[in-house]
Amino acid sequence: MRKELIRGSIAVVVFTVLLGLVYPLVMTGLSQVVFPGNAGGSLIHRNGRVIGSTLLGQAWQKPVLDAAGKPKTDADGNPVTAPDPRYFQPRPSATGYSASVTYFANRGPDQAATAALTRRHLEAYLALEKPYDPGLTPARVPVDAATFSASGVDPDISKANAAIQARRIAAVRHLPLARVSRLIAANTDGRGIGIFGEPGVNVTTLNHALDRGAR
Amino acid sequence: MAQGFLQIGVFCAILIAFVPLLGGYMARVFSDERVFLTPVVAPVERGLYRVFGVDPERGQDWKAYARSLLIVSTLFVALLYLILRTQGLHPFNPQGFKSGTWDVSFNTATSFLTNTNWQYYGGETTLSYFSQMAGLAVQNFISAAVAIAVLVALIRGIAARHGDGTVGNFYKDVTRIVLYILVPLSVVATVVLVSQGAVQTLGGTVGGIARGPVASQEAIKLLGTNGGGFFNVNSAYPFENPTAFSNLFQMLIILAIPAALPFTYGRMVGSRRQGWTIFGTMFALFIVSVVVVYVAERHGTPAAHAAGLVGGNLEGKEQRFGIASSSLFTAITTVVSCGAVNTAFESLTGLGGLVPMTNLGYSESVFGGVGSGLYMMLLFVLLAVFIGGLMVGRTPEYLGKKIEPRDVKLVSVGALFTALIALVFTALAVGTKYGRPSVFASGPQGFSESFYAYLSQANNNGSAWAGYTGYVQPNAPGNVGAHGVTFADVMGGFAMLFGRYVPILAVLAVAGSLARKKVAPVGLGTMRTDTPTFGFLLVGVVVLIGALTFLPAFLLGPVVQSLTTHLF
Repeated sequence: MRKELIRGSIAVVVFTVLLGLVYPLVMTGLSQVVFPGNAGGSLIHRNGRVIGSTLLGQAWQKPVLDAAGKPKTDADGNPVTAPDPRYFQPRPSATGYSASVTYFANRGPDQAATAALTRRHLEAYLALEKPYDPGLTPARVPVDAATFSASGVDPDISKANAAIQARRIAAVRHLPLARVSRLIAANTDGRGIGIFGEPGVNVTTLNHALDRGAR
Repeated sequence: MAQGFLQIGVFCAILIAFVPLLGGYMARVFSDERVFLTPVVAPVERGLYRVFGVDPERGQDWKAYARSLLIVSTLFVALLYLILRTQGLHPFNPQGFKSGTWDVSFNTATSFLTNTNWQYYGGETTLSYFSQMAGLAVQNFISAAVAIAVLVALIRGIAARHGDGTVGNFYKDVTRIVLYILVPLSVVATVVLVSQGAVQTLGGTVGGIARGPVASQEAIKLLGTNGGGFFNVNSAYPFENPTAFSNLFQMLIILAIPAALPFTYGRMVGSRRQGWTIFGTMFALFIVSVVVVYVAERHGTPAAHAAGLVGGNLEGKEQRFGIASSSLFTAITTVVSCGAVNTAFESLTGLGGLVPMTNLGYSESVFGGVGSGLYMMLLFVLLAVFIGGLMVGRTPEYLGKKIEPRDVKLVSVGALFTALIALVFTALAVGTKYGRPSVFASGPQGFSESFYAYLSQANNNGSAWAGYTGYVQPNAPGNVGAHGVTFADVMGGFAMLFGRYVPILAVLAVAGSLARKKVAPVGLGTMRTDTPTFGFLLVGVVVLIGALTFLPAFLLGPVVQSLTTHLF
């Protein structure tokens, strides 16, 4: 029995060092050399600061001003924001697009609370897009636009969703619709090996491209 | 719809094309034959035996094998618990996380020991890189290797022709499985995942973006059918599963080893048809579950339709995966006892949610966890042989070995114990006030959450209706003030321990019993076990046992939910 315990203890230590330190550290070194950008998180820099990741969705909001022209705050003292119409809007997020604290929305299929939230997402979407697309009805709103993503930072929206938002972007930014559509196409990821998953328009890279004045 | 079925069809074609090859490779590894990695790995292997003080040529009988297994497991779980409880002292902790509380640490330690990887912990908000690497990732390897070792011992017992009662050497099996199978596959998988954008760095959080050594852990999380995510939202998070292609790759490597093992089995017992029969049985049950969950999710939910949306259910799903690839992943991760998720299970439709539950209700015998899936299926095979033997009125035999009353008793314990744990613990959770703080949803969904929690932990799966919580944390870095729901943590921990080790001991006892038996020659009256007829019988046994055990519980949760559009 004592011999077994010693043998077991040695195995536990050796495997912990090999699999818990050598393996991940060698893989980290290798990844940093072969795919440095990916391994670091596909970060987007501006003026030497990290402002996001091409893989992560983020909020594109602007502060809401009160009557006196000052930023409004809610009861907790947090600034009240609204979707910035100059940007494509990502899918609703339960986590406020947090890239450091993640959790599922856990909205059940038959919960009254789910229906109420979905209705709110839907109304917010219509309020933002309908002025630029008068024929827009709830039935025409793509499902991705009014449902929580899984990760809270889904970078993608559906092509149909992007096509609806494109009319607003073109109008607000005074750009030809054709140019916005071209930018959408340039920031669309296809299916895996042409078959798996769904095409997605990457809102993060698309909005940065708009800001850069890309054509 | 057609495009979705194309995804499912092509996936199955890719899978069936490569798993027989992997199965053959593993058979050679388990039989001590030379493989292409031998020149590189053999010196390391011999070095490890010397360090451990193990004579690799010395076989153990099933009791010695079980003793080694239990000792190593106990030491590992103690070390993991210690690491989690003293996290604040360790290096590789750029976010400065504090040590865990006793209840959540107990749940997490048992969870990784048992290959469950239930997530009451929040990966990126509570665990340091050291805990993730030296604690969790090590167990991802070892728990997978231990389960495969138990399976190999059972196969040796079945295949032994003139047995001395030995079933192998535990240390040798675990070492060879880690060195020849798990590590090489993980290295390749890490590189593929990073090439798609998965993160692999020790650089800490920058600009509010949490990072870490994700890809190396992701690789073994999937290959070892563990399923505990580096991030709380698991394979839905873009840093774990960045693209539609990485999602395809993840689905393939989850299924790779469990789907290849039937072919390993066929080779080791000297009859590839036996392997194909078992694979075919598993595949049939798998494909039904994929189709049901996909059709249900395409239909959408009552809540979304009440809100005015028209279309399928994308709540809790990622756009880049879409409904088809999310449904496929959901079916795969629950037939396989993996538990990685790229979709919020809590947000599945009623009928869609019934599919993961049913898959767990098969006691993870349909592909199942690495090793554990096939040993569970082999218990069902023995049960089917016994039932078939009763029907034709002959002493049941399997591959020439008589199945006697003691064997059938052991098989029954192994096959039914996890179901018992799941039901009793669910009853305790919903019948007392202690389970209530964990429940998030109202109506039948609240029952589904509780039931799934104990079903998943007892079966060592680890996927969750994640509204059910065992951990309460303020949403702030540094997890200040975080605490556990002790009842859920402790009950869950024991569900996992019982659900893991009772079947393992039963399987090893069966292996030891079979290893001693003499082989009877095949006669005219011998029931064939390598035919489609036997496959049907096996499907019947698996489905009937699952249905008889769980139907009442299914009725209270997902079945009610899929029969009504009422909102709760």
